[in-house]
Amino acid sequence: MPETPTEPRTRRRLDMSSPVVWAASALLVLLVFNAVVNPGFFALRIQDGHLFGSPVDVLKNVAPTLLIAVGMTLVIATRGIDLSVGAVLAISGAVSFTIIDGSSDPTSPATAAVAIGTALAVGLVLGAWNGFLVSVVGIQPIIATLVLMTAGRGLAMLVTDGQIITAENPAFDWLGGGFVLGLPAQVVLTLLVLLVVAALTRRTALGTLIEAVGTNPEAARLAGVRSRSITWTVYVFVAFTAAVAGLMTNANVSAADANRAGLFIELDAILAVVIGGTSLAGGRYSLTGTVLGALILQTLTTTTLTMGVPDEYVRLFKAVVIIAVFLLQAPRIRAALGRRRRSARTSTSPAVPVPAVEGDDVRPLTPASSAEPADATAAEPTTTDQGALR
Amino acid sequence: MTATDSATGTAPAPAPERPDRSLGQAAYAWLRRTDTGSSTFSVLVTALLLVVLFGAGTLRYENFGYPQVALNLLVDNAHLIVLAVGMTFVILTGGIDLSSGAVVALSTVIAASLLQKGWAAPLVIVLVLATGTLLGWAMGAAVHHLQLQPFIVTLAGMFLARGLCFVISEPSIPIRDDLFTGLAQNVIELPGNTYLTYGVLIALVVVAIAVYVLHRTRFGRTVYAIGGNEQSAGLMGLAVGRTKVAVYAISGFCSALGGLLFSLYILSGWSLHAIGMELDAIAAVVIGGTLLTGGSGLVVGSLLGVLVLGTIQSLISFDGGLSSWWTKITIGVLLLVFVVVQRLSTRSSR
Repeated sequence: MPETPTEPRTRRRLDMSSPVVWAASALLVLLVFNAVVNPGFFALRIQDGHLFGSPVDVLKNVAPTLLIAVGMTLVIATRGIDLSVGAVLAISGAVSFTIIDGSSDPTSPATAAVAIGTALAVGLVLGAWNGFLVSVVGIQPIIATLVLMTAGRGLAMLVTDGQIITAENPAFDWLGGGFVLGLPAQVVLTLLVLLVVAALTRRTALGTLIEAVGTNPEAARLAGVRSRSITWTVYVFVAFTAAVAGLMTNANVSAADANRAGLFIELDAILAVVIGGTSLAGGRYSLTGTVLGALILQTLTTTTLTMGVPDEYVRLFKAVVIIAVFLLQAPRIRAALGRRRRSARTSTSPAVPVPAVEGDDVRPLTPASSAEPADATAAEPTTTDQGALR
Repeated sequence: MTATDSATGTAPAPAPERPDRSLGQAAYAWLRRTDTGSSTFSVLVTALLLVVLFGAGTLRYENFGYPQVALNLLVDNAHLIVLAVGMTFVILTGGIDLSSGAVVALSTVIAASLLQKGWAAPLVIVLVLATGTLLGWAMGAAVHHLQLQPFIVTLAGMFLARGLCFVISEPSIPIRDDLFTGLAQNVIELPGNTYLTYGVLIALVVVAIAVYVLHRTRFGRTVYAIGGNEQSAGLMGLAVGRTKVAVYAISGFCSALGGLLFSLYILSGWSLHAIGMELDAIAAVVIGGTLLTGGSGLVVGSLLGVLVLGTIQSLISFDGGLSSWWTKITIGVLLLVFVVVQRLSTRSSR
């Protein structure tokens, strides 16, 4: 997987404060904690040629969220957001199960192929719709996708007629419970998508173009980047990942529940992206960070459950951890941490408590920040921390 | 606290926002008095939509035209009105508050559990409102001082509030307190065999206060200025930081008050109450003509937006043949139409 883009000259210092490093250490702490508290956590066993154990569970459970989070990373990199993925997931599941349930031969692989193909096509259409609203009509992403988020579950219930549809199709169920080389099919599929995206965006110019659009769509367009097509493409892609995730989650339980399937998954996916250090302001993204973020979220859930934390405390616990991660990523706090580290290293810099004047700090009239905007010590951490943040 | 206190004192006052009759006239007179540019136009469009929807219902279903059906729009949506008012403040500054639904749930749970333990109702009310305000203030502080995205901060707030709900009580708790049940069951008789609940009065008072604050105070001007251009507002010497924190505190307060009204409406506290209610509030604000980029919009529009959502719900329940999911689809389509029209109109005016 490619690294976060960092300028080579400042690389060493940036690595120390890079969000990816933070996320990685958070995950490491979680895993070490698990190893200490519950030594059986890492126990893997092979049964019928398939791997089982807590780590595999984590990977399997994280797969749909991670898949969507990968798509979401690209959307967020263009300074957008997609709130409708949960609804798309539900629609994809509803469509596929309605087709299987309604076909004359519900168990044949051909039916499964038709169901999967149709669900993915519907996902692509919904993504194209979102992309159209954002890139052509020019509606704010958060509100353009809010439309589908609100209406989408209604559409899914329209498809299933408000029922929970159950159907058994061996070929289709493989998506949920199948194995490839001993690993769950969900994990393998997600890895595959992840690798393809990583290769496409980091081995070609596509990633840079996406970041250019996120930094300044107008400037990117003037520089010859097809902002509109790129924006459109990322929305189609995230809807595609949501549709695939919908097939996975629904195949996993062999049922399509239009109301509950993928509820709040958009929030989990966005959280994973943000914990991974991709800024919602767009312009920079890190797929590695997203993977780590999704793993942190899922490990946290698994940890709290295996620790026997009462169910009612799990949500609070997760909320507190998430808030802690956000606070650590706050520009202000990072600037303060960075300053302390710097002043510890080079004792020459005066330890004046000057708030960092960020580029987008919009309170120029507070006395403290307006007093010394040109001060070198105040301005210097600004540039590096801005870079580190992204 | 101020809202509930003044609810008893200035109850019959808020005439300009009474949306039932001569709505066009009221809106027009009000349009002449306030100077807020084109947002008045979108409010008029929303008002027209409300009249058309309601008129269509009256023509199609024979009992739809009863005055009580119109009043029930207020009765059933009093909590959402309060929520939308708080959301309007936040959206006017260009932010968003995703936590309001969760804060509603938290308020119902806190109120129900404390009342069950025998706490005095007024004390519980104060405590709930203080909790909501504090949560909102904390989120505002995080947005402003830590320069985090409102979207992500309030998302974390949503998780926190829901998490607290589950810690306090997972099962639903009934509310049997005398003050609460009294407020919930006693109604204000109106002429023509109709009635309103006290919750509606509180909601309308909140709307009136919000209109006053936004259009007649320095604070309100600052809210619009921040939404217009935060940097310019700062350069003009406006108290950007304080105002930004305050709007989230206001939204938290409104969510808590909305939660209290909701607990009056439903007489129970449950951690899974009000899932997705923040989206209804956002939809109502958008349909009411407030720009999500901030700086332009009216509280009255949000009130009308809530009533439009309520009318759609009544239409679908009156029909009987339509399933409940059509509500979601219709609201989505309506949201789309409004957003697109908003987008096209702002584009052409520039």
